[in-house]
Amino acid sequence: MKLRRLPLNIAALGVLVVSVFPVYWMAVTAFKPTRDIQADTPQFLPLHPTLDHFRTAVGADGFALFWRNSLLVSVAAVLLALAVALLAAFAVARMRWRGRKAFILMIFIAQMAPWEALLIPMFIIARDTGMLDKLSMLTLIYFIVTLPFTIVTLRGFLAAIPAELEEAAQMDGASRAVAFRRVVLPLLAPGLMSTSLFGFITAWNEFAFANALIIKNQDDRTLPVWLSSFGNVFGTDWGATMAAATLFMVPVLLIFLVLQRRVTTGFIAGAVKG
Amino acid sequence: MASEAPQTSGELASAGISAPPGRRRPGAGEPSPPGPEGSGGPRRTPAARPSGANPRRRDSGRGAARTIAAAWPYLLVLPTVVGTAYLLFYPLLRSVVISFQHFRTGELIRGGAAFVGLENYQDVLGSAEFWTVVRRTLVWTAVNVVLIMVISTFTALMIARLGRRMRLAVMSGLVLTWATPVLAATTVFQWLFQSRLGVVNWALVSLGFDSFDGFSWFANGQATFAIMVLLIVWQSVPFAALTLYAGLTTIPAELYESARIDGAGTWQVFRGVTFPMLRPLFGLITSLEVIWVFKCFAQIWAITQGGPDDATTTLPVYAFQVAQSLHKYDLGSAISTLTVLILLVVLVAHLRRMYKHEGEGL
Repeated sequence: MKLRRLPLNIAALGVLVVSVFPVYWMAVTAFKPTRDIQADTPQFLPLHPTLDHFRTAVGADGFALFWRNSLLVSVAAVLLALAVALLAAFAVARMRWRGRKAFILMIFIAQMAPWEALLIPMFIIARDTGMLDKLSMLTLIYFIVTLPFTIVTLRGFLAAIPAELEEAAQMDGASRAVAFRRVVLPLLAPGLMSTSLFGFITAWNEFAFANALIIKNQDDRTLPVWLSSFGNVFGTDWGATMAAATLFMVPVLLIFLVLQRRVTTGFIAGAVKG
Repeated sequence: MASEAPQTSGELASAGISAPPGRRRPGAGEPSPPGPEGSGGPRRTPAARPSGANPRRRDSGRGAARTIAAAWPYLLVLPTVVGTAYLLFYPLLRSVVISFQHFRTGELIRGGAAFVGLENYQDVLGSAEFWTVVRRTLVWTAVNVVLIMVISTFTALMIARLGRRMRLAVMSGLVLTWATPVLAATTVFQWLFQSRLGVVNWALVSLGFDSFDGFSWFANGQATFAIMVLLIVWQSVPFAALTLYAGLTTIPAELYESARIDGAGTWQVFRGVTFPMLRPLFGLITSLEVIWVFKCFAQIWAITQGGPDDATTTLPVYAFQVAQSLHKYDLGSAISTLTVLILLVVLVAHLRRMYKHEGEGL
């Protein structure tokens, strides 16, 4: 029995190594001293761990600024998308109205929108309206990029919450808004969590628009664009480059881990109660 | 396992596709019936309302209350409609308009672009370069999507057969890959394939391929193309494999058992049971990957900007080059429009199915 599973487990090990190695190599390189990085035979373990490269990366010109820009743009876009999507999702999930089908169709079209094809018109519109080189323009774009799937996901979560719960609260004399805040919103928390997670990651990672729309004002660049020009920043200092890439990835990984657990426990709690 | 299921269905939803039929959330199939008060909209008669459900609203006059109730849904979707109109449909329209104008640096600064009819399209369609890029984009899409689907299918089938611990390890590895930001991945791949210190060249030389000693991958068109394919496949497999695996878990075990009893082999089981059951999911994932790979821009631009010698210039990269580097915004817009049209043609079947399925779901 054990022997029969051997090829399967070897294949699994192969998949595991291939999927993890690049990320592992990034982190290991970031922690290795430069002479180990440049050794003729690669060292697969960080035998002499050092934080030097992280110091170089953090101390690089504008690092804190670009970090702040990325955070600002991503958080603002996610909050905006959540607020707007919550309203729309409620209208779609809980109300019947003329034009609802057309609205849904519009969301699906928006969801499959060829964003990359909008680089040129967005550049021209931003230029015409004085929004070029402005973080607010990026925020608006990330908002509209994340909005459709935020609506679709929130609608799914809303539909899973029985309308009877709200109705019961309204029977007890609560207004519709209060019923929503007290009854629906807590149950919706996992949905808000997971959609904000995906929205944040989308905005945090976005490169094409940040690259096309922030041109003259280099102080308004975001981390991905800064990282893409690592050759100019760090030259051939691969240790510092990998440290910068690691630092760029850490928040995504943390949010992934933290939110994922909360989302899952939220789901389980909901399942038990429901 | 219980802890993994919700995660995957959340991922499905976030990717813009509804969960496969087997695992639809309760209530997701049909919109829930409207509440007894206020949500009914214009078609509800006052008599249908349970009396005393909301005493406060009754005081404020029935006609006004009904108008407000009827207006609510429209007020709620207003921000979405305005935002989508201004930030999506207007730029799309603008792009199409520019593709029919003479729009270069002068027009960008001074305005007043003149319409030139189909001139830009004639320019683009008449250039051999454009058709080379189209061919390259189709090859790029086909190679990537085929590799992604084959590897993902094998990986999903493999995960389903693994022991508990190994399964968790592989799935965690895939999630880690998936969580890797595009720009972190592009940076790491440049390091992996670095000519002198890169670990890939070291491994190849150690395996006896001495010609890779100091080989500079990014100076060679085909080698760069291969690395880009590797990168895209590496980044795309986790989503496809985990989604397919989630689909696999919804297939009832009895189906497999009866197939086995009938004496079906592994391949026959896959063809007779697994694939037919997952066909909608396969279609959906394939379409999503086609879209994703076809319009992929960030990875290519960050690593090669379309080079070396245009070996990695696909349509989206080409459009951006023409517009941004050559300042021919009109030609760039025409290429963008043609890109979208080609993608639409490739995906017509998918779009139709998508609206049929999802339109009901919402």
